[in-house]
Amino acid sequence: MQKPRFRWHLVVFLAPAVLVYTAVMIFPLFNTLRLALYSKVDQERVFVGLQNFQTLFGDPNWAPAFWNALGNNFWFFIVHMLVQNPIGVALAAILSHPRLRFAALYRSAIFIPTILSFVIVGFAWKLILSPIWGIAPSMLDAVGLKSLFAPWLGKEEYALTTLALISVWQFVGIPMMLIYAALLSIPEEILEAGEIDGVTGISAFWKIKLPLILPSIGIISILTFVGNFNAFDLIYAAQGALAGPDFSTDILGTFMYRTFFGFQLQLGDPHMGSAIAGAMFAIILVGVCIYLFGIQTRMRRYQL
Amino acid sequence: MKRNFMLIALATTALTASGAAAQDVTLTIESWRNDDLALWQDKIIPAFEAEHPDIKLNFTPSAPAEYNAVLNSKLDAGSAGDLITCRPFDASLALYEAGHLTDLSDLDAMSNFSDVAKSAWQTDDGQATFCVPMASVIHGFIYNKDAFAELGLEEPQTEDEFFAVLDKIKEDGSYTPMAMGTNDQWEAATMGYNNIGPNYWNGEEGRQALIAGEQKLTDPQWVEPYATLAKWAPYLGDGFEAQTYPDSQNLFTLGRAAIYPAGSWEVSGFNAQADFEMGAFKPPVKAAGDTCYISDHTDIGIGMNAATEHPEAARTFLAWVASPEFAEIFGNALPGFFPLSSTPVEIQDPLANEFVSWREECESTIRSTYQILSRGTPNLENETWGASAAAIKGTATPEELGQKLQDGLASWYAPQQ
Repeated sequence: MQKPRFRWHLVVFLAPAVLVYTAVMIFPLFNTLRLALYSKVDQERVFVGLQNFQTLFGDPNWAPAFWNALGNNFWFFIVHMLVQNPIGVALAAILSHPRLRFAALYRSAIFIPTILSFVIVGFAWKLILSPIWGIAPSMLDAVGLKSLFAPWLGKEEYALTTLALISVWQFVGIPMMLIYAALLSIPEEILEAGEIDGVTGISAFWKIKLPLILPSIGIISILTFVGNFNAFDLIYAAQGALAGPDFSTDILGTFMYRTFFGFQLQLGDPHMGSAIAGAMFAIILVGVCIYLFGIQTRMRRYQL
Repeated sequence: MKRNFMLIALATTALTASGAAAQDVTLTIESWRNDDLALWQDKIIPAFEAEHPDIKLNFTPSAPAEYNAVLNSKLDAGSAGDLITCRPFDASLALYEAGHLTDLSDLDAMSNFSDVAKSAWQTDDGQATFCVPMASVIHGFIYNKDAFAELGLEEPQTEDEFFAVLDKIKEDGSYTPMAMGTNDQWEAATMGYNNIGPNYWNGEEGRQALIAGEQKLTDPQWVEPYATLAKWAPYLGDGFEAQTYPDSQNLFTLGRAAIYPAGSWEVSGFNAQADFEMGAFKPPVKAAGDTCYISDHTDIGIGMNAATEHPEAARTFLAWVASPEFAEIFGNALPGFFPLSSTPVEIQDPLANEFVSWREECESTIRSTYQILSRGTPNLENETWGASAAAIKGTATPEELGQKLQDGLASWYAPQQ
């Protein structure tokens, strides 16, 4: 019998993607993790093991900043989960209603902010909410609610929530589109069968459509989680690297940026920065694993 | 990215080298001041080359935000220019310690500068000076002269007069008394705390004592400025918590605010933007007749790459930078950036001239957090931003802020322990 020929074409076709991906993703990732194990002492790079992580979690100068950033990050995520995803599902449900007019227009209008740059979104919202030039105070004034206006981005207690809601505004189109696609793929027969059994209108949504789109909601949740824990741009564009006021909008991304690259008089420390990047990687990895092994495998799937 | 820098760097060196072959010596200058490109090409370089026809200059600035990173990679690759524009304090000190900058203490022209002027580019013990001071910025308050005339106000000299002026503007209601926001935080620290502070801690005396560990940030002279800042809040615009630095600039130049806590670097921008008369007054002192102190903050210097092939030519240029002639050209081309040489320079711009005239009546100092004290974690400068913003917003008492800063500083700075 002839020995099977080695399939060179597989290697040839895989090579570009593998090489590029390795060069720009895998190698930097592992190199960053490696960098976290070193420190600079008297102009020399020395191996210090896990000491940087010990500093990050235990040192009274670093730990509160880290936990503050992590806590803010969780709040950022929770706001997205509680506001962005339910609204996304609701919008998708409304859009998939067969008698809705101008559905395509709404769909595009809601999706467009997603393709805008963070810088534009951050800047535009800063102007909208500006107490001096913004239209928010005058619009509230027009309906007699001026007293409700506050310089939200400048107050410790509101700033992070405000930014989270701006981010929700920007990205609500993504869950909407994914759920919308999932809803469209539900066969008419199932809904008709339900109708015959007396399940119509809103209860058809809760009892038939929602269980069928649950896997999509799971995927959206995990995308939101990864996106939020990697977030940086919006906070940086709107509040700067110091994530003011008083670090109330500091999330892991801005904390990492400030530490790694330095800020104003603070010189950059690539090693501590890498340690924070390593911690972010671990948090996201754990979160994704919990989802993959704890939730997704237990989710009931229906054959359509 | 790094590869790219190297390629560009190599290309630049190649160009420089071919230039050098044709002429006697060409010196390349690294800088972050790309705003000043025209000034260098039209004024500074021709003036120098007229005097030294055997030396040619090539000014190659990069973007301010990238400068430190670009410069470091060029220096490591050995492709950096002969002359290096120096950031103040630790960034340049690190270059000196890494052997990239030459000790210039033996340059005769160094005697043209005061110790305060040189402090930004010296080793901690003051033994070696490695950059020639080029320019500083002075803090004070810029005001709308038309508004002051309309309301019958005079430049305040003391703190009581200052608040009386603010009260009057507020009472009248047609102007926001003072344009400042806390959103960007650094405004509060730089134009607030370090603007008025030197009058409390007696300038250099307090700053040096803090570095030596003889004074603490919990001492009254360091805490009181926060208490004064807290009193500013009612005079700032509505929603100042979310007001950014450009907002403040626009509020003032549009004539909607009467007073702007400023740094002199605003002068040329404000001259172009504002269509009313502007004046400036120095930070008010506590009682009439007290010695006044101003923050005359060293900002730009220039040093010599230790690896340069033309050290003699580079020294000639640096000596020229230290001369009154350069000071005259530079100070007038960039009103608001003041030459640091001890010989007084005639500045044409009236507003800038007002700022620089304070040097004669007041004692100069630099920002308290810049030398040595912002080297550790937590970073005192960044902490001061947060503290100043918190003081104005009233989210913490001045005593709490002083304690927090002191604790942070003492956690890593031995003389304060």
